[in-house]
Amino acid sequence: MAYDKFKILESTAVPLPIENVDTDQIIPARFLKATERKGFDDNLFRDWRYNTDGSPKADFVLNNPKYSGKILVGGKNFGSGSSREHAAWAIYDYGFRCVVSSFFADIFRNNCLNIGVLPVQVSPGFLDEMFEAMEANPDSKFEVDLPDQKISIVSSGLSESFEITEYKKENLLNGFDDIDYLLNLEEEIKSFASQTPL
Amino acid sequence: MGNTLFDKVWDSHVVKKIENGPDVLFIDRHLVHEVTSPVAFLGLKERGISVLYPERTFATADHNTPTIDQHLPVKDPLSANQLKALETNAAEHGIPYWGLGHEKNGIVHVIGPEAGITLPGATIVCGDSHTSTHGAFGAIAFGIGTSEVEMVLATQCIMQPKPKSMRINVNGKLSFGVTAKDVALYIISKLSTSGATGYFVEYSGDVFRDMSMEGRMTVCNLSIEMGARGGMIAPDEKTFSYIKGREYAPKEAAWDTAMDYWKTLHSNEDAVFDKEINFEASEIEPMITYGTNPGMGGGISHGIPKAENVDGGVSSYKKSLAYMDFNEGESMIDKTIDFVFLGSCTNGRIEDFRAFASIVKGRKKAPNVTAWLVPGSHRVEDAIKEEGILDILHEAGFELREPGCSACLAMNDDKIPPGKYAVSTSNRNFEGRQGPGSRTLLASPLVAAAAAVTGKVTDPRTLMQADLV
Ligand code: SF4
Repeated sequence: MAYDKFKILESTAVPLPIENVDTDQIIPARFLKATERKGFDDNLFRDWRYNTDGSPKADFVLNNPKYSGKILVGGKNFGSGSSREHAAWAIYDYGFRCVVSSFFADIFRNNCLNIGVLPVQVSPGFLDEMFEAMEANPDSKFEVDLPDQKISIVSSGLSESFEITEYKKENLLNGFDDIDYLLNLEEEIKSFASQTPL
Repeated sequence: MGNTLFDKVWDSHVVKKIENGPDVLFIDRHLVHEVTSPVAFLGLKERGISVLYPERTFATADHNTPTIDQHLPVKDPLSANQLKALETNAAEHGIPYWGLGHEKNGIVHVIGPEAGITLPGATIVCGDSHTSTHGAFGAIAFGIGTSEVEMVLATQCIMQPKPKSMRINVNGKLSFGVTAKDVALYIISKLSTSGATGYFVEYSGDVFRDMSMEGRMTVCNLSIEMGARGGMIAPDEKTFSYIKGREYAPKEAAWDTAMDYWKTLHSNEDAVFDKEINFEASEIEPMITYGTNPGMGGGISHGIPKAENVDGGVSSYKKSLAYMDFNEGESMIDKTIDFVFLGSCTNGRIEDFRAFASIVKGRKKAPNVTAWLVPGSHRVEDAIKEEGILDILHEAGFELREPGCSACLAMNDDKIPPGKYAVSTSNRNFEGRQGPGSRTLLASPLVAAAAAVTGKVTDPRTLMQADLV
């Protein structure tokens, strides 16, 4: 699935200072019945965002008009639990291009990278700095620089570098996906398969 | 440096190493279900390609299927649509499809081993995080997202950086009333839900050696709940005799060749792990969770810890207890419960039903409890009937439902109502996992049975002891 290229992103952010945000919270299972990739943004954080009657919960950050932007900043161990890629789709479709946390669950991190959302892992201290900046001023801007692998808090100039493999970085910079790469390896794969019994 | 079991299986499946990038890993067998596959098949269509190796791909319907009246058309139009999509996609690409009502239908991680699809030394993936279950046979098995499902359908490969290795040793003998589920919940409670993130785990030691294949599957199944990509156990005679004769397992000369290879699948004496952790079996008692992630659990007699004694954020801890409507320091014993769920790929196998029946036998279901007993597959259902377990359940006032994931993720009608408490043998107690507002207490089939007959959280050992005298 094609996605937009990622280079340098400067944006305000949405804070979600909760630990262990699991993918069942990001998108509850009852919204996984689609056969197409459409309409997941409405159900992002569905049960934290809306009451059972469909009215918005005023105290949830996505309903707070003060906060918006293309960066979602979450607490430690973000994206644990179910492998549902729908969680990453919901985040992308809602308009986020980058998720920041001090720790990510493995499958969620992979899913994000596969669909063009950049997971940025920062130190716990830097994460706190980000939350504080947003609390002090909801319009605080952050810059995520993929070529330089650096994230900064624009107002204070504080910055930290983050890790990503060269391969994934190239993919994101160019909007490529893994399947394009693998399809070019078809002969190698077939010869490998022929030596691997079922 | 000696090779670990994990290294042996991983390294033998690397098609290509990408410099500064992931390995291209060949996947022997790919399991597909209705919920995480439709968009992947759509992707193939858009690219104008078909499934590379349909004979290495297997499809079942389990996640959103009803667990009663499976012979009738599925009522929910969205679920019906997803099932139809899988059936059509499987037919179009020549993939075996075991849909509702098929004798081989059941939860993807229950039927894989049953059919002999799961083999030692194999690489197995599925768009479901509990694919780690298959590691019980010495396979490398892990869950993947939908883009990766498309990738494997298209190329039979996946791109993954090699995870780090961790070995968890549990030595000694398990105490009375302590099951494989308790061992897993105990380990998760010690390591937390992120304690093994980035690692692939090998379980080793007396406890796993003595464990049945069903028990090993329960343990490997829960590997993901401590953040691990997967877990595995070296195959042994128990593994081989479980597999022998199963439909997709090798036969005759191929069996002998396979056995020669399988016998080499263990970590060498001098193998080095990135991390090694030891536990004592005698420390483990029947477990139950009190919070909203699987790491928030403890021995059933221990009660709920005070916030000051837990690692991690106090506000997240308090938010979790508030959701459960529990207080710090409370005892778990005697808490009234409303639902019991026996089933899922964690505890929906025949051994789990035997354990449940051993406690409810000669007792009656508590009037305040609604119990959903859901076998993991039709074969499990058949065994329940053949072994006379169904009669025991009926006499005690329980009904058996039809196979599927059911209340494990509550995509079908099996939803725990808001605010209600369920003692559940499944794998996740996240907020709303079993239905919006539901409150889940994860536990073993024995603890679930004790709750089902008493209507409250009960130490199963008290009932088991009473049965002994
Ligand atoms: S029973 Fe639960 S965990 Fe297992 S495959 Fe089904 S939904 Fe996933």
